[in-house]
Amino acid sequence: MEIIVEYFPLLLKGAWLTVQLTVTSAVIALVISFVIGLSRLSRHWWVRALATIYLEFFRGTSALVQMFFMFYVLPLLGVTLSPFLAGVIACGFNLGSYGSEVVRGAIQSIGKGQREAAHSLNYTTYQRYRYVLIPQAIPMMIPPFGNLLIELMKLTAVTSLITLSDLTFVAQIIRGQTAMTLEPFLIILVMYFAIASVLVGFTDWVASSIAKRRGMVPVKVN
Amino acid sequence: MHWDWAVAADVLPRLLAGLMVTVQATFVGAILAYALGLGLAILKMSHSHPVRFVFYWLSEFIRRTPLLVQLYFLFYVLPDLGIFLSPFLAGVIGLGLHFATYTSEVFRAGIENVPKGQWEAARSLNYTRAQTWTRVILPQAIPPMIPPLANYLITMFKETPLLAAITVVELFNAANIYSNSFYKYLEPMTLVGALFLLVSIPSAYAAIWLERKYARQH
Repeated sequence: MEIIVEYFPLLLKGAWLTVQLTVTSAVIALVISFVIGLSRLSRHWWVRALATIYLEFFRGTSALVQMFFMFYVLPLLGVTLSPFLAGVIACGFNLGSYGSEVVRGAIQSIGKGQREAAHSLNYTTYQRYRYVLIPQAIPMMIPPFGNLLIELMKLTAVTSLITLSDLTFVAQIIRGQTAMTLEPFLIILVMYFAIASVLVGFTDWVASSIAKRRGMVPVKVN
Repeated sequence: MHWDWAVAADVLPRLLAGLMVTVQATFVGAILAYALGLGLAILKMSHSHPVRFVFYWLSEFIRRTPLLVQLYFLFYVLPDLGIFLSPFLAGVIGLGLHFATYTSEVFRAGIENVPKGQWEAARSLNYTRAQTWTRVILPQAIPPMIPPLANYLITMFKETPLLAAITVVELFNAANIYSNSFYKYLEPMTLVGALFLLVSIPSAYAAIWLERKYARQH
């Protein structure tokens, strides 16, 4: 028990890095979700094709392979990324591909009448998306985005394999130094669960506050 | 850094051997995930409140924590408790258990989406419990489950590289071992990515085809 107390600051530091990794890569993933998701709806075939290639590449290969590629292979091609940068780019690019399908699906599910109404009001394409389609699609995106956020948080554990000292890495350090196995892994499992539960609560809060502002019934996440 | 075909040719047989392990782990893990998921779904729909509560939160706990840590747990903690598993076995159990929490939701939704009238009709026709399940409920519940279950198979395939962390020599680890022995990183890792795409893109289109096929019937 006293060993755990001794290592607790290290565990907290690991948890803080996990949170930083999650938040940073979530921002990257969110931007990519919209860029790729909207590009998939473009009227130019080559924009759609590029977005589809991106999507199939990042959704079709394993996140761990992408991360190792960025960390070990890119330096050979002259691009050197810090472990943190390689980690958040791999996590963000990977989850961004899944998120782009959420964005595309939600926008495509908006009724035809809304598009026609925008046309008949002579809206430009930008106005149609900005004022008609995206605002209506956002509430539908929140629950699947919440699930992806949990996936993203879990994916950050993999960054321990590219030398980042996140929670998982700290548990391995404790295991190496004390030969204890049950305690460190059990503790970090509970810590991951706590972080994930905060993220679930956050998603519920976002969903309900959007719904409240618009006077609708919120879509429950779980 | 230039692409060296000799290195590629040298590493490819090892990667294909690794791919075999990856495919085996995927299928064994998936069978476990489907079986455990069905059990978990039934428990989560139990009439007893405590049973529902315990299995709901157990499932959420597994779902909200990383597979990698769960694999470490199975690999490092169980031997201390006197349970010795081979890395492959620990890996597929981890995969199966983790994805059972996802498939259980597919089973639950599939069963709950059968309209209540179907249960009542089976009752009024005096069907036994077994007949109700095998003749009425499951034939209607299973087809819509197939596309999402197939999608989880593809997801599990892409998660298998995590098994490398507990020393299973699957596709990714085969490349990694080669890279570390010969200091060649470009060809092995690129080929691993290419092999993943080669399997997962056709599988994804097969899953879309399944989805269309079963969507048409409903």
